[in-house]
Amino acid sequence: MGVEQKLGNMGIVTAKLEDVVNWARTKAMWPMLFGLACCAIEMMAAQAANYDMSRFGMELMRASPRQSDLMIVAGRVSRKMAPVLRRLYDQMPDPKWVIAMGDCSSCGGVFNNYAIVPGVDEVVPVDVYVAGCPPRPEGLIHGILTLHEKVRNQKLRDWA
Amino acid sequence: MPEINTHIDESMLDGITRLVTEDAIEGKTMLLNMGPQHPSTHGVLRLLLELDGEFVVNVIPDIGFLHTGVEKHMEYKTFEKAVVMTDRLDYLNNIGNNLVYCLAVEKLVDLDVPPRAQAIRVILTELQRISSHLVWLGTHALDLAAMSVFLYCFREREMILDIMEMCSGQRMMTSYFRPGGLWRDVPIEFEDAVRQFLRIFPARIDEYEALLTKNPLFLERTQHVGVLKAEDAIRWGVTGPSLRASGVAHDLRKVRPYSGYEQYDFDIPTHTDGDTYARYLVRMEEMRQSLRIVQQALDKLPYGPTRSNNRKFVPPPRSELGHSMEAVIHHFKLFTEGFPAPKGAVYVAVESPRGELGVYLEGDGGPKPYRIHWRTPSFANLQVLKLLAKGHLVADLVALIGTIDIVLGDIDR
Repeated sequence: MGVEQKLGNMGIVTAKLEDVVNWARTKAMWPMLFGLACCAIEMMAAQAANYDMSRFGMELMRASPRQSDLMIVAGRVSRKMAPVLRRLYDQMPDPKWVIAMGDCSSCGGVFNNYAIVPGVDEVVPVDVYVAGCPPRPEGLIHGILTLHEKVRNQKLRDWA
Repeated sequence: MPEINTHIDESMLDGITRLVTEDAIEGKTMLLNMGPQHPSTHGVLRLLLELDGEFVVNVIPDIGFLHTGVEKHMEYKTFEKAVVMTDRLDYLNNIGNNLVYCLAVEKLVDLDVPPRAQAIRVILTELQRISSHLVWLGTHALDLAAMSVFLYCFREREMILDIMEMCSGQRMMTSYFRPGGLWRDVPIEFEDAVRQFLRIFPARIDEYEALLTKNPLFLERTQHVGVLKAEDAIRWGVTGPSLRASGVAHDLRKVRPYSGYEQYDFDIPTHTDGDTYARYLVRMEEMRQSLRIVQQALDKLPYGPTRSNNRKFVPPPRSELGHSMEAVIHHFKLFTEGFPAPKGAVYVAVESPRGELGVYLEGDGGPKPYRIHWRTPSFANLQVLKLLAKGHLVADLVALIGTIDIVLGDIDR
């Protein structure tokens, strides 16, 4: 039941390149398998059977930053971790996106102290912030869908 | 805002030269970095491995990538407000952290806890133990390439999280236990939900066991891997299921009962082999024993208040504020200043899913802790990794990190 049955023998589909590229990017966005703290457990729950993130083409978590498009910063980022996180971000190939999952990575959360970076946007650029401590798996999925929407509206000339 | 250094200084690595053998510096053995971003380190643990070919010569854990400053941060919060920090230490055992902190505060200020609150505390702590073991089982099996176990475990874990959410409004960071009892009584649906879980879960444990216990691939990966002798375990301060799998029947719920654990009839599962498989069997049996405790506690759950009636430490119920001036004064005092604790220090320990979780709490007469220190089981259990991994293959290290069941939030605090 693919597009070829619908279109019969027409053979040609016209679309804007932008739309096709953005569509492809949202349908196979590989997140990095990278959990920091409590939110990582909810990220795992979002991957597991009850919430099943693979419904949105997100099931393939890559352990290597070089194979991933999306970094989900799941948890609090300590000052010792910040350089490592930045290095991981730098190792990801373009185009790449970042979701700050949870209050700690969005703004420091309850940890207003010496050890925790007050928001991961001090270290890497963030596309979507997901609130909650930790966010429910639905919250993360909503964040991901918001990111997909952002990607669908991206212009090719922004990347050039 | 101080500038955050995003550059890794290579000179930071100089410190490790003392830790590895001469062979590594001469280049006879190989140094390999594992983590902090590695799928099987269960968080942000960095391990420096010294390898002779495929065999592990030495493991040097580098911790602190999740250092949160919780102990210092708690000194700036009143005793009641500090409860929220405890959830985030060991994030698989939130309820247990609440419990040990509340027990410490209650011991310090000499506060009573009503029997109904104690029974609910036991029920929720044991459910949390099951949920923690489920995450352990799922990730441990996932590390050993048994993907489906992970999906099954998280399915049942959702049931427990639903019960937590029903009671406290939050799935994980519940902050449900407060000094003097509970935040509020459990809702009316609680009993049915727990009974439903008790009905379903024993068959589900059998299901996990059917997948793993006699699975030849699993046996190959776990039997005789990482053998921990009883005397080594005691010498390194290992507690919890890892200690019991080495043949030492030490469980704080039996040895030093708290919250009324002495009323319940349960066994301490032990094993003598001390290998990864034995630790697996012990944890599986522990889940069954937890179910027994929950069943007993639920059957004789007493009625009554769920929070102490001592107005000096516990805020009055909302309904009293309308007609009692005294209640308003207490409410105002407790929420602006907090309650003072006497000078002195206490140490309270409970059996967390990982072992002895202790709190050392010192009061200085003020409404905030003067010093609080957490004796966390993962920190002690991690130290033994070096001993376990010696002579094993790198691939076995993945099984070993899983089997000691560490939580990095618990280690780094």
